[in-house]
Amino acid sequence: MTSLSASPRGQAGDRTLPLLAYTAVTALLLIFLRGQVADGPARLLQPVLFGAFLLSLLFAYQWRAAGWAKTLVFAAGIGFVLPFMGRDNTSYFDLVIQMLIFAALALGLNIVVGLAGLLDLGYIAFFAVGAYLWGVFGSPQFGTVTGNAAFAGGVNPHLFWLFIPLAVLAAALVGVLIGLPVLKLKGDYLAIVTLGLGEVVRIFANNLGVTNGPQGIDAIQSAPVPWLNALARNLGFSEDQYRLFFLYLLVLVVIAIVILVNYRLDRSKIGRAWIAIREDEIAAQAMGVPLLRTKLLAFATGASFAGAMGVLFAAKQNFIDPKSFDYFQSIGVLSMVILGGMGNIAGVFLGAVVVTLLNLMVLPTLSEVLQQSFPNLNQNLDPSKYQRLIFGLVLVLMMLYRPEGLLPSARRKAEMHADEPAPDSIAEQNALEGDTGSEVYSPGLSTIKENDRTGSER
Amino acid sequence: MDFQTVGNILLQVLVGGLSLGVLYAIVALGYTLVYGVLQLINFAHSEVFITGGIVAYLVFSGLQGAAMNGYLKLLLAGLAAMAVSGLLNVLIERLAYRPLRGAQRLVPLITAIGVSLVLQDLLRFLVGLRGQFDLSVPLPQGFANPITSVLGVNVSNLNLQVKDIILIVVAALMLVGLNLLVNHTRLGRAIRAVAHDRQTSGLMGIDANRIISLTFLIGGALGGLGGVMFAMKYQALNAYSGTVPGLKAFTAAVLGGIGSIPGAVVGGLVLGWLETLLGVISLFSAIPGLSWLGAIKAEYKDIGAFLALILILFLKPAGLLGRATTEKV
Repeated sequence: MTSLSASPRGQAGDRTLPLLAYTAVTALLLIFLRGQVADGPARLLQPVLFGAFLLSLLFAYQWRAAGWAKTLVFAAGIGFVLPFMGRDNTSYFDLVIQMLIFAALALGLNIVVGLAGLLDLGYIAFFAVGAYLWGVFGSPQFGTVTGNAAFAGGVNPHLFWLFIPLAVLAAALVGVLIGLPVLKLKGDYLAIVTLGLGEVVRIFANNLGVTNGPQGIDAIQSAPVPWLNALARNLGFSEDQYRLFFLYLLVLVVIAIVILVNYRLDRSKIGRAWIAIREDEIAAQAMGVPLLRTKLLAFATGASFAGAMGVLFAAKQNFIDPKSFDYFQSIGVLSMVILGGMGNIAGVFLGAVVVTLLNLMVLPTLSEVLQQSFPNLNQNLDPSKYQRLIFGLVLVLMMLYRPEGLLPSARRKAEMHADEPAPDSIAEQNALEGDTGSEVYSPGLSTIKENDRTGSER
Repeated sequence: MDFQTVGNILLQVLVGGLSLGVLYAIVALGYTLVYGVLQLINFAHSEVFITGGIVAYLVFSGLQGAAMNGYLKLLLAGLAAMAVSGLLNVLIERLAYRPLRGAQRLVPLITAIGVSLVLQDLLRFLVGLRGQFDLSVPLPQGFANPITSVLGVNVSNLNLQVKDIILIVVAALMLVGLNLLVNHTRLGRAIRAVAHDRQTSGLMGIDANRIISLTFLIGGALGGLGGVMFAMKYQALNAYSGTVPGLKAFTAAVLGGIGSIPGAVVGGLVLGWLETLLGVISLFSAIPGLSWLGAIKAEYKDIGAFLALILILFLKPAGLLGRATTEKV
């Protein structure tokens, strides 16, 4: 059910009115209460309202409602409310762009893990490739490295446009280079090797002269777009927000492309080959799927998304250092994919938004509130220090209780619950998918319940 | 650079790599045991292991002023760490892994990663209650004394300390003990049976759940003791410092052939020597013709470990001492 179009979900009736009402209420509350909130616990209202508003976009996607209402909600949300909040408070802009960057990363990893079933724990390395590519060339670092005064500010910033496809190519190439030796390996071994290779990229970033080691690279440029700047000025943005305004629009365009590619791939012959490999390598191979080539393609496609987003990330941050690209970040992206629902575009998007919101807005606000309310509080209890705990809990609890994610794809759901006695719903899902032959549920082949003493009970 | 200097450096690498390698080996045993029985990479073993290190820190600093023999302190620290880490490992298995038996392979693996992250922050929280993040371990008296001669041979230029000897001796005892346990006791036979075929062993009257719990207990206890050795060797640790050595130890287990006890030892030693060698290899750039070695910084030693892993898996997917398994269709 990873449909992009407005499709009916569930048997609920038309929800056009509730959708419009919910969106209007949350958007207006968000806008009018933005300056009103005092200190103390009331500050938490801000992230809650923001999250509630973002939910309206999800509802617009999920609910059965009139097409024009959905379009209106999306257009108003993305075209007005988010930029408006960003203009009012730059940190919102930063947050939204970061969310979208992570969403694209998660969509890329979704191809590798969700579709092809290759657990890649070093995914962030490809992001680093893109970020450092533009970071080195688009900053004074290039002048320092080449010793050429002509590049004292980096290459011509117009080349930014060239570097996005370059980063896509470079990341895909690195993906193939890394993939070639390791894709022969299976599940766990692949996970540990990709983890190691991710670390290798980080260690190089930390020690090479080109990347300026742990000090990182500063003053990274972004492309100059005079007419957009003029537009931004007319819309009331301040000068230091021009860059974010531009990047916001650019990220939206890139995300649209990423979603489109993801969607097309999911439905293509290649997508089915990936799923076949995920389910059973040997059977897939027997059916004529070329294993290595198909896996490499998944690796390279996922990597190329990350490469493009790396360029945008470097341009947004102005500054990059190896810390942004460690193992922990890879796990963060993985937890987004798993939280939302592996294999489902909307689910992955949801996961990215929830996790980013939690990390960049909810936890820091909670920390501030706690510190204000209890000035003598132990530093140790600072909520913003517990990102690992949250990622970890997300991974463990989802695996234990809802392995298909918050918004599962129907296909995935059927797989994860194949041993539960619910043939009706499965048949229904198959019917919904318009899929009659490929997803046969056969009770005879489901996991046999062993007795307690063998230790194999679920 | 003359031959004597080169020889000295190589000897140093041999000894330093040995103590590092056996450390990896004893941590690798925990991975190997669990992997052998459940085919699961227990990512949380890194944290189980560093918990042992933290327990050692607590015991050593609690007994700092006590007039007690250093070896007795070490024994206390070791026992406490083994108990805490072993029970922690059992708890993890009970809460996180057991409900997932029979699920797809990736599911418990992702759970293990999650458990490891949760434990990292829980440990940081517990340690932080004492107001610290980075712990500096006070060693019992005499442990850091340099050793100047072994069997009459002057080794004062080897930079060898008493604690290195302790580490090597303890590791040897653990390896022999575990080998005896697995190969020559009833429990060991049960563990091997469950590892071989869980269902059939159930039919033979073996309570697989109990055996798996015991395996986690033993693996965790070994990890805890490894943590004590880590704390003793480096004297500095924090709640997050288990990750990298844990990963290396897993690499060692895979290098040697996961599931095999001698394999863990071989893998650990290979890795220890490789890493120590890479750490000092730039010194050899003084030799004419080898100046390019100067480009290999000591920081790149971690890369060596992973490249070795990839190379081995590529050439010999079952590891150095592992047996190739046939895929069941």
